[in-house]
Amino acid sequence: MTTLHHYLVLSALLFSVGLAGVLTRRNAILVLIGIELMLNAANLNLVAFWRHGAHPAPVDGLVMVLFVVAVAAAEAAVGLALVIALHRRHRTTNLDELDSDGDGGSEGGAAS
Amino acid sequence: MVEAIDQVFVNLKHAVVGWAPPAWQAWVSAGLTVAALMGVFMSLFALVVLLERKGLGRIQNRPGPNRVGPWGLLQPMADFIKMLTKEDVVPAGADRVVHFLAPVAMVAPVLLAYAVLPVGRNMAAVDLDAGVLYFFAVGACIELSVFMAGWAGRNKFALLGAMRAIAQMISYELPLMLAAVPAVMLAGTLSLGGIVEAQAVPAGGWLARWHVLTPWGLAGLALFTIAALAEANRSPFDLPEGESEIVAGHLVEYSGFKYALFFIGEYLGMFAVSGLGITLFLGGWRSPASFLDWVPSYLWFFAKLGGFVALFIWLRGTLPRVRGDQLMALAWKLLVPMALLNIAVAAGWHYSAGWSFAGAWLARWGLGLGILGLGYGALARGLYESQGFGPRVYRFAD
Amino acid sequence: METAFLIVSAITLAGAVAAVSLRNLVHCVLAAAVAFAGLAGVFLTLEAEFVAFAQLLVYVGAVSILMVMALGLTRHVTAPAGARAWAPWTVGVGVALLVLAAVVSAVPAAGGPQPAGSGWVAAVRVMGETLMTRHVVALEVLGLLLTAALIGAGVIALPRRKDEE
Repeated sequence: MTTLHHYLVLSALLFSVGLAGVLTRRNAILVLIGIELMLNAANLNLVAFWRHGAHPAPVDGLVMVLFVVAVAAAEAAVGLALVIALHRRHRTTNLDELDSDGDGGSEGGAAS
Repeated sequence: MVEAIDQVFVNLKHAVVGWAPPAWQAWVSAGLTVAALMGVFMSLFALVVLLERKGLGRIQNRPGPNRVGPWGLLQPMADFIKMLTKEDVVPAGADRVVHFLAPVAMVAPVLLAYAVLPVGRNMAAVDLDAGVLYFFAVGACIELSVFMAGWAGRNKFALLGAMRAIAQMISYELPLMLAAVPAVMLAGTLSLGGIVEAQAVPAGGWLARWHVLTPWGLAGLALFTIAALAEANRSPFDLPEGESEIVAGHLVEYSGFKYALFFIGEYLGMFAVSGLGITLFLGGWRSPASFLDWVPSYLWFFAKLGGFVALFIWLRGTLPRVRGDQLMALAWKLLVPMALLNIAVAAGWHYSAGWSFAGAWLARWGLGLGILGLGYGALARGLYESQGFGPRVYRFAD
Repeated sequence: METAFLIVSAITLAGAVAAVSLRNLVHCVLAAAVAFAGLAGVFLTLEAEFVAFAQLLVYVGAVSILMVMALGLTRHVTAPAGARAWAPWTVGVGVALLVLAAVVSAVPAAGGPQPAGSGWVAAVRVMGETLMTRHVVALEVLGLLLTAALIGAGVIALPRRKDEE
C-alpha cells in the first residue's frame, strides 16, 4: 500500500537530483532541465497531499498544480530564449565562460 | 434483433471474459480489447495502403498495383514480406540506442490514442473523463520521436528535416486543439462518450444533431481536417518527407522494418485523428437519421472513417505540396485566428438557442456563417495583399 | 508498495538521474522527457487524471521540444558533447544530499494518512467549475502572463538587425 510517505520521499529525491543538476552542470540548458525537475518535484508534493487529504477533497490543490505547470512552461520558454540570445552574442552556452562583468568569451570561447 | 447485431462484439467479449477465472478477468478483458483494436486497425492499415496506391494510380491515369493477386489484393502481403526481409542498415556513426527507440517512440503513443475512441455503442476501450485531453497529450509525444529519428543517424539533412517536421507539427497542434474546443464546449464534457451522447437525435425529431450541422461545426470540421493533415505529415503538408524535397527527411537513415514501423505509425495516426474528428463533429457512431438506426453503430463509424480516408487520398493525389514558409503562415496567421473566431461563433450559437421567432434558424445560421465569412475574407485578403505580388521581374546575366 | 508505483517511480528517478549526469546533451534532454513522462504516470497512480494528461501535454509535448529546439539553435545538436570537467561536482552533489536529508527527515515517519476512499476521481467538471469561479482572477492573470512570456521569448530570441554576426 503506497502511503503519503512514499510519495514525499520520491518527491524529495527528485528535488535533490534537480538541485544537483543545477549546481554541478555548466551548460545553461542543463541548468534549466534541473530547474524543471525541481518544479516537477514540488508538483508531485502538491498532488500527493491533495490525494491523501480530505475525502472528497476540494480540487484547489490540483488547480494550483495546473498553475505551476503553466508558469513553469512559460519560464522555460523565456529562459531558453535567453540562452539562445546569449549564444548568438557570445557564441557559448557555458555558464563559466559567460560569468564575468558583462562581456564573457566574446573572442570565441568553445561552446561546450 | 437490431440491438443484438449492434452489440454482438460487446456480448462476445463479455462471454469470453466470463469463462476466465475471476482473478484474471480484468486482464483477459483488457487483453481482448487491445487485441481486437490492434487487429482491426492493422488490417485497415493494410487495406488502406493498397487502396491509396490504387486510388493515386487512377488519379494519375494508371492502374496502380495489379500484379500480385487479383486486383492487386495481395500487394500489402508482398510489401510486408519485403519490409521484413530487407537489410536493416544502421549508419556506422549513428547513435544505436536512440536510432532503435525512435520508431518505438512513434508507434506506442499512436496505439495508446486508440484507447479512448468510441468505435461503436459501448465500444470504447476506456471511457476516460478527460478523453479529449488524453488524446492530445498522447499525440504530443510523437514529436520527440521525430527528433530522435532525425538526430540518431548523424546526418545533417536528416536533422534539418527533423527540425522542420517538428516546427510543422507543433504549429499545427494549436489549430487542432482550438478546433476541438467548440465541440467540447457545447457538449459540456471532455469525455468522448459524452460528446457522442450530446449529438443524439432530439426527442420528437428525426435528424441527429451532429455538430457538423451547425455553422461552427462546419468550420470546425474544415479546420480540424486541415490541421490533422498537417499533423500526420500527409500531402499537401508532407514537406518533411517529400521525396523531391529532402529524400524522406528525418526518415532517410531508416530501412526495413523500422521504416515500416514509421509508416505504420503515420497511417495509424491518420486513422486515430480521423476517428477523433468523427467523434467530435460527425456524431461518432450515430446514424444521421432516426430511421437509419437499424444499421449497427460500428458500421457507421467505419463508414465515416472510410469517407475521411478517401478524402485524404483524394487530397494527396490532387493538391501540390505547400512550401515551408507558406505552411507556417497558414498555421499561425490563418488557422489560429479562424479557430478563435470559431469559438466565438460557437458561443453565439449556444446563446441564441432560445430564439424561436419565425426564421430563427436562418438568422442563427446567417449570423454564424456571416461572422466566419467576414473573418475569413478579411484574413485571406489581408494575407494575400501583404505578400506584395507585383509584375514579375526578370534578371538576366548580362 | 504497489507494483505500478514502483515501476513508474523507478522510471522517473532513472530518467532524472540520467538527465543531469549524462555527457551527451541530447541524451540528457531525452532522459528528461522520460522523467516527465514517468512523473505523469505517478500522477495517474495518485488518480489525478487531468493533471497527468496536462503534465504529458505541457512537459513532454512542449517543454521538451523547446529544449530540443534550443539545442538545435545553439548548435549543440551537431556537436553535443556536454559539460565534461565536473569540478566542483563534489560540492554540488554534497549540497543536494544535505537538502535530501533535511527534507526526508521532515517527512512524517513511514505510514502517514492512507489515501482516503480510493476510487474517487476529481471530475473534470468540478475542476472546471473551481477554475472559473474561485480562481478566475488567477486564471486571467495566468493568461496575461503566458501572453507576455510568448511575446517576450519571441522578442528576445529574434536576431536583431544591427549586431547580427
